Amino acid sequence: MEGDIVQMGAYIGAGLACTGMGGAAVGVGHVVGNYIAGALRNPSAAAGQTATMFIGIAFAEALGIFSFLVALLLMFAV
Amino acid sequence: MAESSTDAQKANSKSPLGLALFGIVAVLFVVGLFTHTSLEGLQIHPMDQFIVNPLFGGEHVSFYTPTNVTLWMALSVLGMIALLVVGTRGRAIIPSRVQSIAELMYGFVYKMVEDVAGKDGLKYFPYIMTLFVFILFANFLGMLPMAFTTTSHIAVTAVMAVAVFITVTVIGIVKNGFGFLELFWIKAAPLALRPLLALIEVISYFVRPVSHSIRLAGNMMAGHAVIKVFAGFAGVLGLGAVAPILAITAVYALETLVSFIQAYVFAILTCVYLKDALHPSH
Repeated sequence: MEGDIVQMGAYIGAGLACTGMGGAAVGVGHVVGNYIAGALRNPSAAAGQTATMFIGIAFAEALGIFSFLVALLLMFAV
Repeated sequence: MAESSTDAQKANSKSPLGLALFGIVAVLFVVGLFTHTSLEGLQIHPMDQFIVNPLFGGEHVSFYTPTNVTLWMALSVLGMIALLVVGTRGRAIIPSRVQSIAELMYGFVYKMVEDVAGKDGLKYFPYIMTLFVFILFANFLGMLPMAFTTTSHIAVTAVMAVAVFITVTVIGIVKNGFGFLELFWIKAAPLALRPLLALIEVISYFVRPVSHSIRLAGNMMAGHAVIKVFAGFAGVLGLGAVAPILAITAVYALETLVSFIQAYVFAILTCVYLKDALHPSH
């Protein structure tokens, strides 16, 4: 419990990296929200754009994944 | 506690079934409050489910050792064969239930490849279909209690993602030659901005296999760890573990959805990368 300040820093950093998930959440919510807003205005065009929505979700999510990657690196690689 | 209060709200709707359910939940909760004994710690460690163990004893894991990972991968391959080969053996005009599931799946992936990668992407449809069905089976088999989720390991998903990356890059270079580099040189942007954009595009291109693999592994790992965390709460509470069990049920339902969506996202991103390789100029 004493003296291992590097480990402490790594754990704190891993925790802080998890705040990146909030950004991914905002991004995914924005994509889906706008998709639904558009779909309610023009329901006939909605079906063709579902795949595009999922691609958009995946790209928004990718940046949250990098924060997860940073957390993993701090936990296991530092 | 939060779960019990929402139950109370539902029970207000005066349906006898809801009232009875609420009564049972409340009684179990009170019983549990007085019977729980151990609060020393989590009995079930959430990350224990991801340990790779050799099937036939021993500690050492080599590349040829049969482990729980290889067992569940083999089971997903058997599941694929059972659904897509054995299930469609009848080739009936009016399909049986199994055959119609297989046909539905085939049509779903075929349409996805056609829509996203275009007509000339259909040549690579078998690859994307294989990836999709394998990931789908690995995810769904991992949802069984006591099962091992092979796709929760970055080692497994990284192999698939790097294979996709190399395949797509080779296809792009073979089909377009030096024209493939137009993917990084965006003609629509002003000339002064293009080198900067090219740098960003190159970085984002090489980061693709990372995000592609960790997205799947991270989603599966996080979801299963959450289920096991709630299972740990249930283990501590004993009989009164109503709220954790309700939470597990909810998370389990969400995980079933996520299992499908992640397989779909993996396949559709493969299609997007394939489209970039086939038509790099736009």
